[in-house]
Amino acid sequence: MESLVKNRIKAIKKGDQNAYAEIVEIYKNKVYQLCYRMLGNRHEAEDVAQEAFIRAYINIHTYNPDMKFSSWLYRIATNLSIDRIRKKKPDFYLDAEVRGTDGLTMYSQLASTDASPEDTLESLELQEIVQKAILKLPEKYRSVIVLKYIEELSLQEISEILDLPVGTVKTRIHRGREALRKQLGHL
Amino acid sequence: MKKCPSNMIELMHNYLDEEISPEDELILREHLHECAKCSQHFNDLKKTVAFIQHSSHLVPSDDFTAKVMARLPKERKTVRLSRWLKKHPMITAASLFFALMMGSLFTTWNGEQQFSVSTKENVMIKGNTVIVPEGEVVNGDIVVRNGSIKIEGKVNGNVTVIHGEKHLASAGQVTGEIEEINEIFDWIWYNIKAVMKDTLKTFEPE
Ligand SMILES: [Zn+2]
Repeated sequence: MESLVKNRIKAIKKGDQNAYAEIVEIYKNKVYQLCYRMLGNRHEAEDVAQEAFIRAYINIHTYNPDMKFSSWLYRIATNLSIDRIRKKKPDFYLDAEVRGTDGLTMYSQLASTDASPEDTLESLELQEIVQKAILKLPEKYRSVIVLKYIEELSLQEISEILDLPVGTVKTRIHRGREALRKQLGHL
Repeated sequence: MKKCPSNMIELMHNYLDEEISPEDELILREHLHECAKCSQHFNDLKKTVAFIQHSSHLVPSDDFTAKVMARLPKERKTVRLSRWLKKHPMITAASLFFALMMGSLFTTWNGEQQFSVSTKENVMIKGNTVIVPEGEVVNGDIVVRNGSIKIEGKVNGNVTVIHGEKHLASAGQVTGEIEEINEIFDWIWYNIKAVMKDTLKTFEPE
């Protein structure tokens, strides 16, 4: 996989735009998921995720192949998401998208599994509670928690992505987890 | 109730990060066994992690990739051209041929006025006319330049006449293609086909 990606990046650096479509296909779900968990809004996540891919393409010449390409891409996506959070009104994301169309989309996706309607509703409610709890985290904790638990990355990779010492990443994960425990632990 | 060691919470997090030494893990386990408060704290942390990990994964829109590609800045023209050429090897071969050969084509077309024939086996030559006599069989292609051909016998192959005429007698037989080339465009076409046949061969699996 990494070698396919490296090969495609060489082609892109030479200017072959079509090779980039393969890169987008490989990483779009991960990048979208990252943006969604950071922002809590499907439309914004879609927009920021697209922006992340476009930035990566434009700046492909600054990509250092010693770093995993995914790490570099996640760094761009994380930074763009944080920028977006900062531009938003501070209280906007707290009540956004909880009972809106996003809930319906999520509902229809969950409904396709064979769980009973009651279970689906209950888990839908739980999904919202979990997402709200993530959104309440200050962004420096939110990003490490999303990278660790949604993207399932190692502390080492997270440290590379955020350009922070591993010790700092650990401390942030601990604090983020404690903050989440206060909201979700009693459920 | 005795006071909990101050590092218990830290050990729990190290455990969750899978970064705990066996000694510390033992200390943690023993304490959790005897301390309900820490045990509750630890369970709540594990439950929290499970909630986060099992939150449903959403997917981007179906046309996500297309949208990204449409928003990219336009690539350089030379790259587009070279990719297009790679996708169309036949046209590439022909264009290449044109580019390289146009000059020499005109020269060969106008320059070579001398009669020539590609084979001398089983044929008769009268002046500028090649005759495949009745009952004779020529195995292979015949190319006649600046002359004509009369076929009364049989040719197992293609017959090409450049700057001349072909006459096929009713008894004559040509198994391959027979063509007359008297115009510059025929001549170019004839050369392109020759290149394409070679190109096709190179693209055929070995
Ligand atoms: Zn205790």
